[in-house]
Amino acid sequence: MTTTNPTLPGPGGLPEFEVDPALYRHLADAQVNVELDTGDMILNLGPQHPATHGTLRLVVRLDGERVVAADPVIGYMHRGYEKLTEVRTYPQITTLINRIDWLSSFANEVPFVAAAEELMGIEAPPRALQIRLVLTELSRIATFLLFLGEMGLQVGAITPAFYGFRDREYVLNLIEAVTGGRFHPNFNRIGGLKDDLPWGWLNDTRHTMEKVLDSCDTFETLVADNPIFEKRTRSIGIIPAELGAAYGVSGSNLRACGVDWDLRRDGRAFLPYSDLEWKVWTHPDGDSFARYWVRLQETRESARMVLQALDGLASGPVMAKVPRIIKVPEGENWVSCENPLGEMGYYVVSKGATGPFRVKIRSASFSNVSILPWLLRGVYVPDVITILGSLYFILGDIDR
Amino acid sequence: MADDTSPEGPADAAAGEPTAVPDVAAEASAEPVALDEAHQDLLARLEAALGDAIVETGVAVHDLVVRVRRDAWRQAGEACRRDLDCDYLSFIAGIDWLPTPRVAGDDAAGDTSSPVQPTEQTPGIAGSDGRFQVFAVVGSTARHWWLTLKTDLDEADPRVESWVPVYPGADWHERECWEMYGIVFDGHPSLRHIYLPAEFEGFPLRKDFPLLAREVKPWPGLVDVEGMPGEAPGAAEEVATT
Repeated sequence: MTTTNPTLPGPGGLPEFEVDPALYRHLADAQVNVELDTGDMILNLGPQHPATHGTLRLVVRLDGERVVAADPVIGYMHRGYEKLTEVRTYPQITTLINRIDWLSSFANEVPFVAAAEELMGIEAPPRALQIRLVLTELSRIATFLLFLGEMGLQVGAITPAFYGFRDREYVLNLIEAVTGGRFHPNFNRIGGLKDDLPWGWLNDTRHTMEKVLDSCDTFETLVADNPIFEKRTRSIGIIPAELGAAYGVSGSNLRACGVDWDLRRDGRAFLPYSDLEWKVWTHPDGDSFARYWVRLQETRESARMVLQALDGLASGPVMAKVPRIIKVPEGENWVSCENPLGEMGYYVVSKGATGPFRVKIRSASFSNVSILPWLLRGVYVPDVITILGSLYFILGDIDR
Repeated sequence: MADDTSPEGPADAAAGEPTAVPDVAAEASAEPVALDEAHQDLLARLEAALGDAIVETGVAVHDLVVRVRRDAWRQAGEACRRDLDCDYLSFIAGIDWLPTPRVAGDDAAGDTSSPVQPTEQTPGIAGSDGRFQVFAVVGSTARHWWLTLKTDLDEADPRVESWVPVYPGADWHERECWEMYGIVFDGHPSLRHIYLPAEFEGFPLRKDFPLLAREVKPWPGLVDVEGMPGEAPGAAEEVATT
């Protein structure tokens, strides 16, 4: 039987993309032969579900084991940050935006601070930029290590999750040693950083990066090369590249569709990535496995980038001269960067006051998850979980 | 695989006749802007596609900002997708240019712990006419450029055409924008609440919507700020905090 993505009466306006039936062959093989009377059934996944990283509710309509329509219900963690930024000063806002994507808080701060710096015409010293790069990459490694472990959990393998949490702890310890905070560093200042690196940190980091590279090999053999894992993720949840981009899917999820686009290389250069030798990884398949594979390679790449950046660390101050009262001149600035989860950006509108007039927070997970109604149609219920896991979102990053 | 998919994007399906252009003379981008070559190319392509629907252009630090007429909003989206290689929708958002009202308890005389916004309404980059605007950022994954599009809305009845047929990702962004600003997107398949409960009343991101947390419990101001080392006591109240 042919098992193309069925044309279903969704919420309307969803474009149809043909997917090669051969990709779904193993699904057809798995189909039970018995014809049962299966009327549509509404299944509530969440708001509390282990696969949802927070409080995402997913209402799926089922026909037998197949998803007919899926509607993500978000907003259980909406904290109104865009309204709150309008009554905060610029230095106070970094505290808020730490809590958007709480797995990589440091990476959240960087584009906002960069946006304010550009409007003010301040340049952070080279050493501060390099430390920002290192800490951003460490956040990425911490985020991805958790993903590499948890993804095993989504398909029923419990062991990788322990490795993931264990290895992430090493990296969080490094971040804590510099910033004092494991989850919410609040370490960026407009014009630089709060502090320099602590003594002995460089060697600790080098050792930890070797450990990270080792554990990536472990994940490769334990998870990615595992035939059961491949069967559960290959050709599941395929995002066509063009549709993914039009939905605003970004970051590793889009690179797993074969789009060679990384804002660290292709975006505005406010961190010195061009000084390093590194590679943008892509995978042509666009399925759950590709997303896992791309993040695995990117974890390795980030560890190598950190090692390189540590060798080339400039000396000098970590803070530029800034006035004590931060007033950002009138203007608008759009700055986005490659957050671990995708494109994270801030559109800052300033009226010359000590706080912004409006900040539009463009968070990666919001757009990544918005493709779910299209992506989940026609898949089987257990695959819903692997697709959710492989898209890798943080609820704070969806709800803001 | 990804390249097995049909090349027909939603843009082609929805690319209808451009809306009839009224006679009102909208001034074409007369303002000289300092643009690099890629952005000049971008602007030239956009002008070729939209003609006099472009009201004003400007530059926000590095990016091109183009304000288009309201009736050409969807046409502008289609032009971005078709002629400008902008295959990637970053976001769609609204903005309320009304000056920020003074929040209760926010007595800003000398208190730098809370921002004081100017009391008169000033236009943004590429100008604004009236209170509400919708703006969107689109990008190209191949050409690596960004473009900000804006359009003015009618204050009494803020509505504009939906971009869902052009960029399917506009769905959630427009729902959020409708919920937060009350901006109606014509042609959106299901404009309903996304973050807030269905019975929520009011549009929270409008400037005249009170921030209830501040009404209930006034902002403490500078009381919790300690002086810097070596400073005379009380000096922190005069200068700002970092």
